[in-house]
Amino acid sequence: MQKNLVIALTGGLFLLATVLMSQTKKPAAASGKPAAKSGGASGGSQASITRGKQVYLEQCLACHQVDGLGVQGMNPPLAKTKFVLGDKKALAKIVLTGMQGVEVEGEEYHGVMAPHPDLTDQQIADVLTYVRNSFGNKATAVTVAEVKAVRAANPAPAQ
Amino acid sequence: MQQFIKKEVFRKAACLTAGLFLTGLISFAGGGNGGGGGAKGQPAKTTDAASQLKLPSGFSAVTVVENFGRTRHIAVGPGGAVFVKLSKLKDGKGIYRLEDTDGDGKADKITGFGNFPGTGVAISNGYLYATTDEDVYRFQLNAKDEVMNPDQPEKIVTGLLSRHEHEAKTIALDDNGNLFVNIGAYSNACQLQDRTKGSPGMKPCKILDSAGGIWEFKAGKANQTYGDGQRYATGLRNCVALFWNKSTNSLFVMQHGRDQLHDLFPDIWDTKQSAELPAECMYELHQGSNCGWPYMFYDQLQHKKILAPEYGGDGKMTAGDEAQDPAAAYPGHMAPNGLVFYTGSQFPEKYRNGAFIAFHGSWNRAPEPQKGYFVVFQPFKNGKPSGEWEVFADNFSGGPEKAASGRVDYRPCGLAQGPDGSLYVTDDTKGTVWKISYKK
Repeated sequence: MQKNLVIALTGGLFLLATVLMSQTKKPAAASGKPAAKSGGASGGSQASITRGKQVYLEQCLACHQVDGLGVQGMNPPLAKTKFVLGDKKALAKIVLTGMQGVEVEGEEYHGVMAPHPDLTDQQIADVLTYVRNSFGNKATAVTVAEVKAVRAANPAPAQ
Repeated sequence: MQQFIKKEVFRKAACLTAGLFLTGLISFAGGGNGGGGGAKGQPAKTTDAASQLKLPSGFSAVTVVENFGRTRHIAVGPGGAVFVKLSKLKDGKGIYRLEDTDGDGKADKITGFGNFPGTGVAISNGYLYATTDEDVYRFQLNAKDEVMNPDQPEKIVTGLLSRHEHEAKTIALDDNGNLFVNIGAYSNACQLQDRTKGSPGMKPCKILDSAGGIWEFKAGKANQTYGDGQRYATGLRNCVALFWNKSTNSLFVMQHGRDQLHDLFPDIWDTKQSAELPAECMYELHQGSNCGWPYMFYDQLQHKKILAPEYGGDGKMTAGDEAQDPAAAYPGHMAPNGLVFYTGSQFPEKYRNGAFIAFHGSWNRAPEPQKGYFVVFQPFKNGKPSGEWEVFADNFSGGPEKAASGRVDYRPCGLAQGPDGSLYVTDDTKGTVWKISYKK
């Protein structure tokens, strides 16, 4: 237990240092609103993250908030949850088809998330890559091809 | 299990590390909000919940309980026992009776009962009423505010619609044996597809048949369903706060106004306008009142009832000639969750028959700063709001930065007046109950 803690601590320190360094290298891309940690080698292209941030501001921020931590009881957090960091197909499907009612870390969220089939595959790939590399998250990029495959498997219902 | 422990340790260590680096991070990021994630790694706070509240001169607060869970609405018996309703069970119980036997304001005799979660609770005519998201129950009280049959609640109303949006059922009772239930609309603006850009409004809005209004039932009749009650008032999106005003002999409600004007109609409203609009409205209701949702909303800046964009509105066209005007209007999205009319004699004269309103605080003002997280006093004269509202109890948030980010310490939710004229306030984030008193 003790040993694990030390290892984890060291790991944490290293991780943070890396994030900090990667940020200092890219002042232009990282500028703007609070503490959206982006960048990093495994985290997808910086261009995609930058574009994704714009999509986030326009489509996601009102509910998931500036810091990605959501709203108690209503809109779930996007930081460090398996929904964001796990299966990319499941994640893309949420954006395309919407969702309501989810439990995250033992807390229930009842808010309605509208489907967003109007976003392009590129926009969805970008915003998910941004979210997977912000708010303390660090995960691989979501590609246009992956979104395309999920869209093909989940056609939008007629209005 | 091993995996879980590792993860848990890592999480804690990461938090600790984050804490160590917090100062650096914040200065680096140009002032991000550290309210949410970093809090666990920070040293324990020195201010306590009681002294954190900012109150007018002469008022002071004590905490009845702290860290009590999701304490939503609150009711106080004629003998002074406090009852809180929890929206998440605490040790298997959804209602707690809090008694202060030594007079220091703090609860020292605490008993739980009612194995159902929910928001609403009220006391009337010797009974404690409490809700789930579908039902209303009641328990008989004795002369000492003790619950006679804690394991055998009587089901008064059952089968109310709950579709996980505005699902909390909240209640008020008059002095003539009537029970009023808020049945919130399971929708933002009655679009065919809820909260979806481009989806038109339903014509007519069929949600109004079974929700989006206040329903009236008999306070003393068991097992009532929709068919036994009547729709008392309609066109109300969601009124978590409702209260029977004894001085006017009428029901007052606070409506949660619609969300997302900018998200859904960015060409009409910018983010600043969308943060302010529409108003959170107070209505005085009567049998048959119609307050206009979803077809219109009240714009407190233009002082007009505006046609909802889902029904063809452009932000200027008016609508709702048949709909009632609000009694008072407040800035958008502040989420009024508690309402009580003050009838005590402990507080100064100006508070008599005026309204206290607990604003739970906004989320739908982002990216603009969030707002609310306070208890407001609305002066009344001759049964009508008179004069500007003022913030009565402030700093539930823990400071302007926390309020702006929405990552606040406490969120006021329920209000009740004690028999000695003190005002009780709940917080449903940490589970705090304050008792606010006045001394000259």
